[in-house]
Amino acid sequence: MSIIVDKLNYVYGDEAHQVQALQDISITIPDGQFLGIIGHTGSGKSTFIQHLNGLIKASSGSIFYNGQDIYDKDYDIRQLRSKVGLVFQYPEHQLFEAEVFQDVCFGPKNLGLDRKQAELKAFTALRQTGVPEDLFYVSPFELSGGQKRRVAIAGVLAMEPEVLILDEPTAGLDPKGRDELLNQLEKLHKERNMTIILVSHSMEDVANYADRILVMDKGRILLDQTPKEVFSHRKELEEMGLGVPQVTCLMQELKSKGFPVAADVTTVQEAKTELLKYFQVKGR
Amino acid sequence: MIKIKNLIHEYIRRDEEENVVDIKKAVDNVNIDVKPGEFVALLGHNGSGKSTLAKHINAILYPTEGTVWVNGMNTSAEENLWQIRQSAGMVFQNPDNQIIGSVVEEDVGFGPENMGIPTEEIWQRVEESLKAVGMWQYRKKSPNKLSGGQKQRVAIAGVVAMHPKCIILDEATAMLDPSGRKEVLRAVRALNQVEKVTIIHITHYMEEVIYADKVFVMDKGSVVMEGAPREIFSRVEELQKLRLDVPQVTQLAYELKKSGLPIKSGILTVEELVEELCKCR
Repeated sequence: MSIIVDKLNYVYGDEAHQVQALQDISITIPDGQFLGIIGHTGSGKSTFIQHLNGLIKASSGSIFYNGQDIYDKDYDIRQLRSKVGLVFQYPEHQLFEAEVFQDVCFGPKNLGLDRKQAELKAFTALRQTGVPEDLFYVSPFELSGGQKRRVAIAGVLAMEPEVLILDEPTAGLDPKGRDELLNQLEKLHKERNMTIILVSHSMEDVANYADRILVMDKGRILLDQTPKEVFSHRKELEEMGLGVPQVTCLMQELKSKGFPVAADVTTVQEAKTELLKYFQVKGR
Repeated sequence: MIKIKNLIHEYIRRDEEENVVDIKKAVDNVNIDVKPGEFVALLGHNGSGKSTLAKHINAILYPTEGTVWVNGMNTSAEENLWQIRQSAGMVFQNPDNQIIGSVVEEDVGFGPENMGIPTEEIWQRVEESLKAVGMWQYRKKSPNKLSGGQKQRVAIAGVVAMHPKCIILDEATAMLDPSGRKEVLRAVRALNQVEKVTIIHITHYMEEVIYADKVFVMDKGSVVMEGAPREIFSRVEELQKLRLDVPQVTQLAYELKKSGLPIKSGILTVEELVEELCKCR
């Protein structure tokens, strides 16, 4: 089971001013992948992910979700939206109920579940995103930024999606809040084999968590590789307005100065292991 | 430039009958002194009181107790309000919420026009400000067509056009991509170094803090750490306890040092760590 995107194009604007927001995108996302998407503002990331749950309809091309064409006349697009959960940028701006718990219940209720079932799912989802129980019955407006963000994500999780797409979920969170949220996502990914698609402006975050990275530029996919491979293209990434994690930059500098170390390191832990190995071997 | 003395700010929650339900001290006895031309960074986790403190500097909020002086003016005195807002301009997080003009140059001209500056001088200021942030060639464009980093630079130009002595950036880089962040930082540093504008930069991106003259770290409404970036970032474990972190190279240098490599503490940049590691060879 998977998402297959085939020759997707999206064009908007009137006849005089046509903008091709997505150009010829073909990609397969297998179940249980942790996919990172990077690209500068306006590269088409957000437009692309909104196609995956049918919020935007392609100008041409197809999308198959678990083998079914989502543009088929009889395809149940509402069903798709519950299976492919989308968390927008600043999702906390969309909290609207008087109490946290009610807000999270909204999604499952809307799917037609009875109250009891909806509440059970809301409870589980709030647990999964690490919202403490004493906050369940307060107004969302009394929560801190990080807490609101978790509640908003719980609202999507309560619909028990198979795929969870998040558009810059850590923007504006403090470093600890960022790590906690990303660790929760990794847990969902590992324990429930949930497919996670993470759109991010932080090279460090995608390097630390993703199995595979798509690099988008001008509506196209320019790179589709593992983090190590993607971040070996430092010059191209910088030209696109992106970059590489600081440790990758460091290891590349060291390599060019003649250190016999791996330059494809993408996390602090890897860099530490690699450098200690070098200095210990040398010390003997 | 800015002097904050024993500042306390309480948010008071009331029920329908105006009875006090809850009092929360968002800022608790803060003392800060910022000299003219300084670049100051303000760190702290979500809810630590950074933004509340920042809002006191251009008199969006008034002290519950204590005093704030901006350029010698007490922010509690109502007659100083316009002068204070002119001396200390603020740039917020979301670029889409702070641009009002339909053309870039009109947007930047709005501030000085509102201040009653003569038309000819307004255009002069618009030109200077847009050049200062590197957006002059976009002056005839619609702000909608700009990237996030470009919009934030227009927002900064709008503040610069009012000739402030101080600019407060309240997480102004949070929503930007890496190049957008660099653009904004470059523009801000240029204003600081060339025009000697005092900068107060609030951010969660630790790499942006290394340029500051001084860093203040807040927790539960109080300033809990204060010093040069190198001093602050050599206290890795303390920062982590405060829900913060350090740049990746600082973290790596710290861990290598703990494992026995003779590396100095408080490494801030890739170049510094490369140099230190070369010495270890």
